[in-house]
Amino acid sequence: MRMLKRSIIYILLIVTSLLMFFPIIYAFMISFMTGGEILQGKFLPSNLSLDNYVKVFDRLPLFNYLINSFVVSIGVMIGQLIVCSLAAYAFVFIPFKGRDFVFFLFISTMMIPWEATMIPNFFTIQKLDWINTYQGMTLPFFALAFGTFLLRQHFKTIPKELHEAAQVAGLNRFTFFFRIVLPVSKTSLVTLGAYGFLTTWNMYLWPLLVTTNKSVRTVQIGLKQLQSQEVSTEWGVVMAGVIVVIIPTLLLLFLGQKQLQKGLTQGALK
Amino acid sequence: MMVSQTKAKKSVWKRSLDARTALLYLLPSILLFSVFVFYPMFRTIYLSFFLTDQNGNAALFVGLENYTYLLESVAFRNSIKATFLFVLYTVPTGIIIALILALLANEKLKGIGFFRTIYSSTMGISVAASSVIWLFLFHPSIGMFNKLLNIFNLPQVEWLLDPTWALLSVSLSTIWLNTGFSFLILLGGLQNIDEHLYESARIDGASYWYRLRRITIPMLSPTLFFIVTISLINAFQTFGQIDILTKGGPSQSTNLIVYSIYKEAFVNYQFGTASAQAVFLFICILIVTILQFKLGERKVHYQ
Amino acid sequence: MKKVELIDISKSYDKQSNVISNINVTIEPGEFFVLVGPSGCGKSTMLRMIAGLEEITDGVLKIGEKEVNDLPPSKRDLSMVFQNYALYPHLTVKENIQFGLHVKKIPKKDRMIRTSDVAEMLGLTDYLKRKPRELSGGQRQRVALARAIVNEAPICLMDEPLSNLDAKLRAHMRSEIRQIQRRLGITMIYVTHDQIEAMTMGDRIMILHEGSIQQIGNPIDVYNNPANPFVATFIGSPPMNITSGVGDKESNAIRLNDSISIPVPFEDERYLMEKIIVGIRPEHIKAATKESKEAEKILVEVVNVEILGNETVFSFLMGEGSWQVKWSGQWQIEVGDKIPLIMNYESFCFFDSEKKEIIKKPSDVENHVFGKEVFV
Repeated sequence: MRMLKRSIIYILLIVTSLLMFFPIIYAFMISFMTGGEILQGKFLPSNLSLDNYVKVFDRLPLFNYLINSFVVSIGVMIGQLIVCSLAAYAFVFIPFKGRDFVFFLFISTMMIPWEATMIPNFFTIQKLDWINTYQGMTLPFFALAFGTFLLRQHFKTIPKELHEAAQVAGLNRFTFFFRIVLPVSKTSLVTLGAYGFLTTWNMYLWPLLVTTNKSVRTVQIGLKQLQSQEVSTEWGVVMAGVIVVIIPTLLLLFLGQKQLQKGLTQGALK
Repeated sequence: MMVSQTKAKKSVWKRSLDARTALLYLLPSILLFSVFVFYPMFRTIYLSFFLTDQNGNAALFVGLENYTYLLESVAFRNSIKATFLFVLYTVPTGIIIALILALLANEKLKGIGFFRTIYSSTMGISVAASSVIWLFLFHPSIGMFNKLLNIFNLPQVEWLLDPTWALLSVSLSTIWLNTGFSFLILLGGLQNIDEHLYESARIDGASYWYRLRRITIPMLSPTLFFIVTISLINAFQTFGQIDILTKGGPSQSTNLIVYSIYKEAFVNYQFGTASAQAVFLFICILIVTILQFKLGERKVHYQ
Repeated sequence: MKKVELIDISKSYDKQSNVISNINVTIEPGEFFVLVGPSGCGKSTMLRMIAGLEEITDGVLKIGEKEVNDLPPSKRDLSMVFQNYALYPHLTVKENIQFGLHVKKIPKKDRMIRTSDVAEMLGLTDYLKRKPRELSGGQRQRVALARAIVNEAPICLMDEPLSNLDAKLRAHMRSEIRQIQRRLGITMIYVTHDQIEAMTMGDRIMILHEGSIQQIGNPIDVYNNPANPFVATFIGSPPMNITSGVGDKESNAIRLNDSISIPVPFEDERYLMEKIIVGIRPEHIKAATKESKEAEKILVEVVNVEILGNETVFSFLMGEGSWQVKWSGQWQIEVGDKIPLIMNYESFCFFDSEKKEIIKKPSDVENHVFGKEVFV
């Protein structure tokens, strides 16, 4: 009975995983195929030729785009970690009048969809002459209510006695923040960092608006270019581009899946 | 008298020490929120009452004309309809699929970590990448879906070019893309449920379905509540899929609201009416959040 | 070593009602002073005010001869041990112990010497490289102690430091803390809700209830002569039996219920009040013997029995509650038994029912502290 139940679950697990993962595997297979093979509708490529990968780097400044994506994603990640952890620290460890109100203000930004504000934001960036710059791509995303909230939840689990012990020992605020709070909250900082990196890497609309040439353009816009240039002809090249673009984030996800799951649930619920 | 006054003054300065320090820590966030969230929100509302020039400056005050124009416009009403249909197609299905996967992946079995990773994998895939893949799957002649139909001798479908199918096709790709995130959150929620609850239910002899209905779902309700809200908001904000898969077509059947705003503003340079649409989007999301909070407070079982 | 002086200290959070009011006490240098009371009585708040973690609403706090109301905790020259130990989870035992020394910029060589001395004193030498989560509860507690004493601060504050330990370890740590305090001669202010800790550790104890002092004194004095019914029932286990009685001038007795009354001698006539609170310690209620006068015997029905190895505790109904009796030795008593008891008039405490103050202290030999002359 138990064996039977177990086998059924395994079968379900395998079937659903195949269904879920199929588009990715398929894209991976296509990226090795020649145009002819694709037209024939094969599933497995006849040989693992890297031709398509070489071609995609030829057609597009893809290497350039990758560097841009890394710079922008890491920039946003670091910016978010600094800005959010400072704010979360104030919300947890510094009691002041109106704290609840300010916190409510922060939370209320979650209700403002970013697409509803993109028109003035675009003009702000334009007026600052930040079109096609890294700061234009990153700075608007440094302050993040969700990130502040997530870190605040974790900071709140730090026993207040730790703060008091530090006070008795004579630590000033910033030292306490830097030497106790941040190291103790390493796990949620990692979660937020991974989350920030993932979302920035995958960002689409904003780079579309504020980049007009290859100088800071990211891989996502590269995919759009690739797809609109290559329609119906060289799908193998397009899929090679897709695989190159998703590999960094998939790797990050595979490494940090457990961490991300724990951290995000905590941030979301408590 | 003098002495006590200076003492009082000092203590006000001293008492505000905390507030001043807090402000210092909050300053970066407050500045950024002001410049990139609050100011543009008000600016959007302001612009929605004007006709604008090419650079997005208010040119002519028209009051509510932008709004009345929108309400009378067939295109906009169509876009609203498409948006709501899209929400309806993607949110419930997406959550149910993610929930089933999370329940499966919550079993304690050998190698379960591998399956969890696979299930959550779409979280690492960008809208652009996913849309390009699905564009291929939907391809009328070489796409997989039509090949499958062919095998079963069914008529071919123009997935992205047929107005009756386009929105469904976009929804399908969106459900797939969002499953990873919903799965991850729901699995986290499942793992937060106290194991003892199940043990005591098992001692009482409760069946799997009974446990699911009486323990898992109620205990999971805060997580479900959260993921429903996030999914709804995400669905309203959909853009990338549309831009790559359909460009709003065919015959505007997939012209979701954000894509409509984008086109109105950055293709047609009608920033006034685009702003009015943005205000509409804002109100939709506001209503969703408020509703969720009102309903959620009553129905959700917190641990 | 410094003394700590609290003058008219009050604390209020909302500027209307005080959580702590008018505390006046001087804690002498080198003294082990225990603050004890039920949860919510304000004892921790008081300790935190002394530490500087909580603002003092009113009154003056002196450490040594200096007023310290406005000084931050680190300038008050004290150390503190917290209930949950407050160890920094990301630092090793050694780094935890040295943390405060680091902040105070004590030279590295001194830091090393002091750390190894303290580690040795507390038996932590083998654990210096571990992280707190790799230690047992008792070991963590020792690290917290080590961190407090390594500072060599003249005053040490402890907030329920033993309440997270199991009973056996707690008993052991009681004497260990006491010994360390004696050896170092520091002034100790110790907060606990456990009256046994208070009784066994304190040079003097202060009983707090609802933010005000109930009694200050050495433990035995407090036990023998509780200032009011609250102290009487809070100190001692099982607690003192208390009930209200009615003075009857005709029979010269205080009636406790329909069948039980206490005869009052002629010279104590003043206690025959309309209403009076009567108390007696469980161990002072004796078994009637053959010699006991029939009139003095009180027959009670047993409702519960506990035999604790070397002593037997049973209870009978009295007024709205029940009274307990504690006898040493093992007694064969069963629920439902009717047992003749003797309660000596001298063993009773009387409390004024209005002011809740003690008006008659127990005066028989049971309440006498024997001097050393009894040892031959």
